[in-house]
Amino acid sequence: MSVSISPRSEKPNIEITALPKRSIGDLLKRGFVRLGVLPVFLLAAMIIFSVVSDNFLTTRNLINVARQSTYLVIVSMGQMLALITGGFDLSLGTVVAITSVVSATVMAWSFAAFPDMVALSIGLGILAGFASGVAVGGINGLGIALFNVSPFVMTLGMSSVGFGIALYMTGGVPVYGMPVAFGSIFGFGKFLGIPAPIYVTVVLFAIMTLFLYWTRMGRYLYAIGGNIKAANLSGINTKGNLFMAYVLCSALAAISGLLLTARIDTGEANIGSALPLESIAACVIAGVSLRGGVGRVENVVLGALFIGLTQNGMNLARVESYLQTVVLGTLLIAAVIADQLRQRVGASLQD
Amino acid sequence: MTQAITEAVAYDGGAHAEWAPPLLRLEGVTKRFPGVLALDRVDFDLHAGEVHVLFGENGAGKSTMISLIAGVHRPTEGTIKFRGKEARMHSVYDARQLGISAVFQEFSLVPHMTVEQNLSLGAETCRYGLLQKKQLHQNAKELLNRLGFPLLAEQKTGLLSRAEQQMVEIAKAFRSDLSVLILDEPTASLTERETERLFALIEQAKLAGVGIIYITHRMSEIKQIADRITVLRDGKYIATVDVESVSDDQLVELMTGRIVDQVFPKINHLPGEKILAVEGLKTKSGLVKDVSIVLRRGEIVGLAGLVGAGKSELARACFGIESIASGRITFDGRETTGLGPREMLDRGMFYVPPDRREEGLVMIRNVRENMTLPSLGLKTFSGPVFLRRAVERQAVDGIAKRLNLQPPNTERSVDHFSGGNQQKVLLARTLTRDVKLYIFDEPTVGVDVGARVAIYEFIRDLCESGAAVLLVSSDLPEILNLSNRVYVMHRGVLSAELVGTDITEENVLNYFFERNVA
Repeated sequence: MSVSISPRSEKPNIEITALPKRSIGDLLKRGFVRLGVLPVFLLAAMIIFSVVSDNFLTTRNLINVARQSTYLVIVSMGQMLALITGGFDLSLGTVVAITSVVSATVMAWSFAAFPDMVALSIGLGILAGFASGVAVGGINGLGIALFNVSPFVMTLGMSSVGFGIALYMTGGVPVYGMPVAFGSIFGFGKFLGIPAPIYVTVVLFAIMTLFLYWTRMGRYLYAIGGNIKAANLSGINTKGNLFMAYVLCSALAAISGLLLTARIDTGEANIGSALPLESIAACVIAGVSLRGGVGRVENVVLGALFIGLTQNGMNLARVESYLQTVVLGTLLIAAVIADQLRQRVGASLQD
Repeated sequence: MTQAITEAVAYDGGAHAEWAPPLLRLEGVTKRFPGVLALDRVDFDLHAGEVHVLFGENGAGKSTMISLIAGVHRPTEGTIKFRGKEARMHSVYDARQLGISAVFQEFSLVPHMTVEQNLSLGAETCRYGLLQKKQLHQNAKELLNRLGFPLLAEQKTGLLSRAEQQMVEIAKAFRSDLSVLILDEPTASLTERETERLFALIEQAKLAGVGIIYITHRMSEIKQIADRITVLRDGKYIATVDVESVSDDQLVELMTGRIVDQVFPKINHLPGEKILAVEGLKTKSGLVKDVSIVLRRGEIVGLAGLVGAGKSELARACFGIESIASGRITFDGRETTGLGPREMLDRGMFYVPPDRREEGLVMIRNVRENMTLPSLGLKTFSGPVFLRRAVERQAVDGIAKRLNLQPPNTERSVDHFSGGNQQKVLLARTLTRDVKLYIFDEPTVGVDVGARVAIYEFIRDLCESGAAVLLVSSDLPEILNLSNRVYVMHRGVLSAELVGTDITEENVLNYFFERNVA
């Protein structure tokens, strides 16, 4: 029999990225796949709001946006941890509420008991609030990692439980009587013209960056979200790491809760109810995958800032607050659609 | 030799008359995905009543080609002609209308629906906007009867075995008038008997004038059912040959573009000290009952048996991912019964799972992270708090070079590599730490001959450097050619231990089945 055998070509037929001719459309596609929808959103928001309002693009207003956004930035970084592992946390709002109520109650009580020891009562309050917030995350983690409850049910359930407890503790009434120093330092304090919450956020961001990219556990969280079976066969303690993800997630939310409490100077059971939605929106807009395993913290910060920016811009443009939630929900859905599109474009680019 | 002559040879021997217009013809078909040229001016024709096998390594363009024919993708250049007329198919639906149906490796079945509902999905008959359930039921039953599939129309599809689901998928292809049937490795999950049944069905379809495009890696199947074979390599058309006029070696040569005189490397086994001893092991799943084996350094031990004989479960129990009911496992001088993967890794055992997508790799993360995932706890890669990323990078790049990863970019996500290169990443994971015993569970499933050779050489090197290797495999030639000793399992118990010249195909096969169990 006779067959022709062409010599095996030395060069594989994969044309690696640097092609001579590349259309602008192709470049845009690549940019979209790499960066996602966030730059588009940010740019659009900047342009629209600076046209609509003269006050928008001023240093004062932008610092204001940054400060207002810190609470969401911190919570979103927490949400991101849950999302990376392939879950999510709907109880973050509750964590903020319970932290606020507990810290305010303990602070007010100890301040009343020992009026001279301001630092002690502030410390006690912070500690108690933080611990109770983290406890919610601990229970979430136990349920999800140990008993295999789906994150949806577990955190939805806990959000109801926590919210109920916070309301029950306060009877629905704001808690007053904290030392003035707490609010004036952590809520309104400034250093070099920059508000205190921003410093806290920057430090947390630095820690998160190191944690996610430079520690084993950070790496493990991505692996667990990407393929939990492969992670398990690689000798990773998947249950322990999942548990810790939810604990850290609630710890971040608790810090946010403390800062918010300082800002409004009262313990409120009702703060934070919009946070689960807003934080998930921030993460998704920032390209964190809802299927787990993918997401970068610097983008999440930008995503949360974008939402803060949009809210601020809409306030300046006098968009009614009821309508604002409509915009937010729409943005979330648009971001998910864009994410799907990005997957498809990405797949076609790299097939 | 020129291509024209090749084709002439092919047609000369063909039973199909040259003057009959082909059922399907691809002319200079090119498919370009951004960045990759998946198909490069490929010609192909299919006659009514023939089985035309597509043959080539992973990534040769077989899947791309059938996706074009089935209407999943559209060609960048070139034309597809159906019965002599150009066919522009914009979707799978268009292809179906022409009578072109594909059975892909991934099924398109709804597990919660019944067989009957799946069979009529997308083609339900209605009257006044309501489903004609009686009619649909009737149709489904007739279809199953006609094909001779022993399936109940009322059964939930999700409860069926993989083979049975495959039957449903094939039946779906037959539900309307069929002229071209595409089968992508249909026997991968079928038992011998189910395969026979499928072949009978293919024979039946041939007689009815259906043209069949068949993708397979198995030589024996080609000999059994193929009429002609078209070989693709690197997205290019290589040759079309008649099955009678070509030998296995020639086919491999055409596929790989080089002469593979010996797929299996020579291995120097130097059995040393005992590294693993399993005594009276029984798993909670009941798939392993009372098995005892011994492994030594410097040798490859094969673990053979039919699918479901419990060989994978035995290996997994050693690594601590299968619950143990009773028995004792001693590894490297210490008892390790019931320890988990973390402890086993730390003691020097490494288990490489059979399915890289399912449990081997984190597909969306990059090569670097995947390679070091099992070893991040080591001092090499991790300081007291932070990872040593520079060291990590260096180590990973070195391994990638050694295994000839293509493209050699370790920051690329594993998803974006070809199947063979993904398998390399899976194996590379074992090189990031010290291992005394490697367990390979079906290391060459769905892997082409070229990658196979590389994997065998990889395993040989590990063995010759003094490590113990347990090779769990359903591939008999692999077991016969690589092993120093062979354990054969049958229904959860050991049916034989074969050494040296006793390792023959006949011997091993004998112990696969019940008759020779002592």
